[in-house]
Amino acid sequence: MENNTKRYWRGLEELTNEAEFVKYAHREFGDAPTTDEKGEAIIDGTNTNRRDFLKVLGFGVSAVTLAACEAPVKKTIPYLNKPEDVEPTIANWYASTFTDGGDYASVLVKTREGRPIKIEVNPQSSLTKGISARVHASVLSLYDNEKLKGALIAGASADWKVADKEIISELTKVAAKGGQIRIVSNTILSPTTKKVISEFIAKYPTTQLVTYDANSLSGLAQANGGILPSFDFSKAKTIVSIGADFLGTWLSGDEFSEQWAKTRRVSSAEGGNKEMSRHYQFETIMSMTGANSDYRATYKPSQEGLVVASLYNAVASKLGATTIATSTVKVDHLDKAAADLVATKGASLVVSGSNDPAVQSIIVAINSLLGSYGTTIDAGSPVNYRSGSDSAMNSFISEAKAGQIAAVIFYNANPVYNHPRGAELAEALPKIGLTISTNDRADETGSLCKYSTPDSHYLESWNDSEPKKGYFSFIQPTILTIFKTRQAQSSFLTWAGLNGDYATYLENSWSAILGGKVAWSKVLHDGIYELGSTVSAVTPAVNLAEAATLVAKNYKATSDKMELAIYEKVIMGSGSQANNPWLQECPEPVSKACWGNYATVSLATAKKLALEQEVELDTLEVEVTVNGKSVKLPFIVQPGQANDTVAIAIGYGRTKAGKSADGVGVNAYPFASVVNGNIAYFNVGDVQVKATGETAKIARTQTHNTVMAREAVVQETVLGAYKKNVEAGRFKPEISTAEGKKSALDITLWNGHKYNNHAWGMVIDLNTCTGCSACVVSCNAENNIAVVGRQEVINRREMHWMRIDRYYSSDADVEDVKGLEYASENPEVVFQPMLCQHCNNAPCETVCPVLATTHSTEGLNQMTYNRCIGTRYCANNCPYKVRRFNWFRYYQTDEYDFHFNNDLGRMVINPDVTVRSRGVMEKCSMCVQRIQAGKLEAKKEKRRPKDGEIQTACSQSCPTNAITFGDMNDETSEISKLLAVERKGRAFGVIEEINVKPSISYLVKIRNKDEVVKKEEAKAEHKEHA
Amino acid sequence: MFCYKTIMITMKRLKIVALTAVLGFFAATVNVNAQDVAEGEQIFKNNCAACHNTSDETLVGPGLKGIGERRPLDWIVKWVHNPQAVIASGDKYANDLFKKFNQAQMTAYPNYSEDQIKSVIAYIDAQAAPAAPVAGEGGAVATTPAEGSSNGGMMQYILVALLGVMILVLVALLSIVSSLSKLASVDPNSDEAKNVPFFQKIAENGKKLAANSAFKTGAALLITLLIGKATIDTAYGVGIHQGYAPEQPIQFSHKLHAGQYEINCNYCHTGVYKGKGANIPSANICMNCHNVIKRESPEIQKIYRSLENDEPIQWVRVHNLPDLAYFNHSQHTNVGGLECTNCHGEINKMEVVEQRSSLTMGWCIDCHRKTEVNTKDNAYYDKLVELHNKENKEPLKVQNIGGLECSKCHY
Repeated sequence: MENNTKRYWRGLEELTNEAEFVKYAHREFGDAPTTDEKGEAIIDGTNTNRRDFLKVLGFGVSAVTLAACEAPVKKTIPYLNKPEDVEPTIANWYASTFTDGGDYASVLVKTREGRPIKIEVNPQSSLTKGISARVHASVLSLYDNEKLKGALIAGASADWKVADKEIISELTKVAAKGGQIRIVSNTILSPTTKKVISEFIAKYPTTQLVTYDANSLSGLAQANGGILPSFDFSKAKTIVSIGADFLGTWLSGDEFSEQWAKTRRVSSAEGGNKEMSRHYQFETIMSMTGANSDYRATYKPSQEGLVVASLYNAVASKLGATTIATSTVKVDHLDKAAADLVATKGASLVVSGSNDPAVQSIIVAINSLLGSYGTTIDAGSPVNYRSGSDSAMNSFISEAKAGQIAAVIFYNANPVYNHPRGAELAEALPKIGLTISTNDRADETGSLCKYSTPDSHYLESWNDSEPKKGYFSFIQPTILTIFKTRQAQSSFLTWAGLNGDYATYLENSWSAILGGKVAWSKVLHDGIYELGSTVSAVTPAVNLAEAATLVAKNYKATSDKMELAIYEKVIMGSGSQANNPWLQECPEPVSKACWGNYATVSLATAKKLALEQEVELDTLEVEVTVNGKSVKLPFIVQPGQANDTVAIAIGYGRTKAGKSADGVGVNAYPFASVVNGNIAYFNVGDVQVKATGETAKIARTQTHNTVMAREAVVQETVLGAYKKNVEAGRFKPEISTAEGKKSALDITLWNGHKYNNHAWGMVIDLNTCTGCSACVVSCNAENNIAVVGRQEVINRREMHWMRIDRYYSSDADVEDVKGLEYASENPEVVFQPMLCQHCNNAPCETVCPVLATTHSTEGLNQMTYNRCIGTRYCANNCPYKVRRFNWFRYYQTDEYDFHFNNDLGRMVINPDVTVRSRGVMEKCSMCVQRIQAGKLEAKKEKRRPKDGEIQTACSQSCPTNAITFGDMNDETSEISKLLAVERKGRAFGVIEEINVKPSISYLVKIRNKDEVVKKEEAKAEHKEHA
Repeated sequence: MFCYKTIMITMKRLKIVALTAVLGFFAATVNVNAQDVAEGEQIFKNNCAACHNTSDETLVGPGLKGIGERRPLDWIVKWVHNPQAVIASGDKYANDLFKKFNQAQMTAYPNYSEDQIKSVIAYIDAQAAPAAPVAGEGGAVATTPAEGSSNGGMMQYILVALLGVMILVLVALLSIVSSLSKLASVDPNSDEAKNVPFFQKIAENGKKLAANSAFKTGAALLITLLIGKATIDTAYGVGIHQGYAPEQPIQFSHKLHAGQYEINCNYCHTGVYKGKGANIPSANICMNCHNVIKRESPEIQKIYRSLENDEPIQWVRVHNLPDLAYFNHSQHTNVGGLECTNCHGEINKMEVVEQRSSLTMGWCIDCHRKTEVNTKDNAYYDKLVELHNKENKEPLKVQNIGGLECSKCHY
């Protein structure tokens, strides 16, 4: 019962329990539309009043009667020549690779009848262990109707041959005059593409390749001798991150998540692992990684370099090395972090998100003091995730402005949007004689180019990639090109006067390397070709003194000025996939807001600026002005953010990406500043934040439901307590009866169910769930979940079957107002995936008047859409609030223009799952279609299903394996073994006291913190702060 | 299609590996027995039956009765593995055969081992050897339905005759009742009886009857019930298309292909044991045979035309399930061991395919209630059967393993 003193809240309005919040708290779905103004959507957008409704109803009834008399003739159209390997209704899987700039994942693509419908992780890859929300969503981008449908010349559609002819003749003219040609691109992971570009350069020798990244890390490479070393978090016992969101957006989040989770997995079994890594996070904003850390403290962007320098000095003085001259910054836990780093020397890792080479140099120095090279850092197997050079891009833009560039090809790069100097480039572009873009759409950059030669989507393309030295993976098309697009590589080859058949080029090139076409077929089939690499303990040489001088020059120990931080959201990334409605609607893990960005400030800063956040989705609009440039956007109070800072996410504010992206949020790239020659994702110049007086709304899912002050929702403890008692942190509800107190689990009116065959269940480990939301998007793709759009999310009608609840918590007493205020400055965070719990005593089943929701003999709570009449009693009676009501026909209505109102977008629909219509309840089915398919496969082979063979979309997608799904009746299954141990340890059911016996168990979250944090101390520390 | 090409290469390689494994297995068990005949039957039906009969009747190629005696085994093996090579080698028999069948090539089956070919021959011999009983059986099969139908006819005649007799008896009884009541109730001498004409009397009785409230209520009730029943019947019939037999773009006859030539359903409907859909055959499957047979037929010409014009054939779908219902063929055919005719009726007798079953949910559920689970030799069910038999005497039915649950079909 140690949780009694701890209080959890989902948003500040819940913490302060404002009247407006209380009003909404009990309404899960918001009000039904009543007025005319709002009633617009009652019947598909017509302005409907009662009479019209009756007319429509009358017409509908007669139309249905007439229609029912004669069955519509349905055609069934088989292949003319059926491909040997394609059997309609049976899925084919192809290995491929997702790349988007430097983002990488080795994947398997599920295709049905020749159309890709789902992306999963390639289990053979030793790099990719889980794929992010963006990779899951990329399949929807394939069916984006707003991509270019063919080549364009000056905005008018043109024949490819004509475009090629004109481009070649212009390039030849430019080359003859010795004019400068530039190819501007983001990181290129593909060695063969680089080869193709070198062929192009050979033909036009004045060509230079300029590589930059929207989320640049060129400082990291500069400090590491021009390479990016590979990091291995799984070997680290102490992890210190200074501003690096390594579980999310930094370098390779999915890979690091898996490694990080390995160090966080504990077992309640006797002799089971009870050691965890300790994770310190120092940062400005509350990042997803920060939310998962054990100790966390904040600093202002202007202090970043000095925080790193202070850490260096702390470590160096403990190890007896020379310290560097620096002004000290007071940051909580920094000394403790240094002590831990030194204590676990050889198994420590320090990373920084800074793009400043000086700061990264000090990080290198810290890591080399700690002996990390050769253990947690391996410079012998460099990674290629970011190869952009800020200085190269800078000089390109300057040259373009000076009119020194004669021709430019933007190879899938959109610098006008995603480079801080984008506006300057846009002005300079007319000065360039020949502008070509291979971007898939006429985006901010592409629309300014004379020629658009759109590249194909990666699912339509041939390619290879080398994310890490010696690790190759391959891209093969899983569908023919949908539009008349052509791979950029083919374009380069054609323009270089070579045969434009890139598929053959790639095959020949690899057949030569691998020694034959059979070997090529094999690696293409596997999707990967890994030579492996040897760990190197070589430490890059850095000039520490110079770095220290630069840091001292560029950073300040204290500043009371307002500063701007720019961050990347783990869901949206750099904004290249902004026109993807699945991503737009997936809430950001920490703020739980979707469809747009916003200015976040801490509570104290909000008070200082006299900004008052209203409840729920209503907030004030603020105007953020940075060095004269200003944007207007809504603001939210973000607990855990550094005071006197305002933060805006990149990836939003697109203007030419498509219907789902345009005008959503504001573009934060132009606010980035330059420090030490590199882009700095913050601005410490003249930053002003003031209210415009307007109100604004934010589509936020977090406060839609409340926990109603129940204690057993999230349960957590600290490692020390857990080592002593594996049940530490568990809340065991007891109920007083006539015979004394009894466990709530022993009292029931129900007879229970008997499962002879299977008993499907799930265990979710709160300790390794990072909140990354890959499962949410994976569930969207698997289960045809409708995107409802910004307004409907504001109306509290999002359809996600799976959500990740984020709880802030603090140890302060409820009455301790000051304490709470302090706590909300830097709260602890727990992520809890919440989906239908498939209760064995399901409250929803008993209240359905039409038996549309029933219990199966395999422990599933079944939802039958065709029987549902939409009373919503079940949702009212659901203790977990996981049932979603389908208000509109999202798939056929033009108001919901999120790729699904056209035939192309609907190609992504999973044909094994019903597309729900309006008026029915829906919820997680535990991927019953996969269970049924898995069982059928086993029956066909006359055996029982093997454990792990049947996976739900979420459990398959989890990069950290936090979700274990399986048959609890099968004693050999992983879930049975896990539960056998953890039922006596960490396993709990959410709101156990109501004894609905959920099939989903959660494992207590454990933080590797020192055991007792006395309240007096916390208060003392708070006073210090104030 | 790029991906298919490359994947196909890999897949082919894998298949070869798999086949080698299969061949190895067969090499280890060389003895012709019932198992081999069964295997031979499967190979024959899946590969040969489209063009060959087991009798001496010519289909596309020659009838194979007595092939084991007609030709030496090594010749047959060579021929099956590569007919073109045998013809090219100048073998006289092969060349005669080639000429006789209008220079039509037989498809080569290089992957079948000698033992597998032997088992096919064993199957052909088994079909031919007990010629009399087979013919007899065939005859019985052919005549049974005929008897059945004549039986049905007879029953109808008897019923009609019985009805006739009953009506006659009724008339006789009524006339007796009426004459007796006349004698009993009316004084034959009274004026009333004499003067009131017969029709007037009926009219008067009718009026009295109409005034009778009990009768009125009864009549109203009856009419309401009749209309109600008609409405409910019609409403239940909405969306049910039993007997739906639309005209197809090509007049394909199942009676000929599945009935007369006994081509295995799986030969054309390739997904029926594997996937959710049985699949309408693609035109290239038709071409396996029809690039030789009946090339001139106007119906076959339509297939050629669609192939030439690259326009797929738009068949009319006969069996339509609503989108909200998930039905998987392989679960029923492969796992459940059901015959196609179970749901599709005697498709081998249909010139034009029609929907025989109602395909309503009631029909599905009804079958799931009655049908025993095909648990034989399927380890999936072993524990279930054991648990079931502990508590029940009835055999394990589909309904006992969740066959009536919503999410069996709706998700």
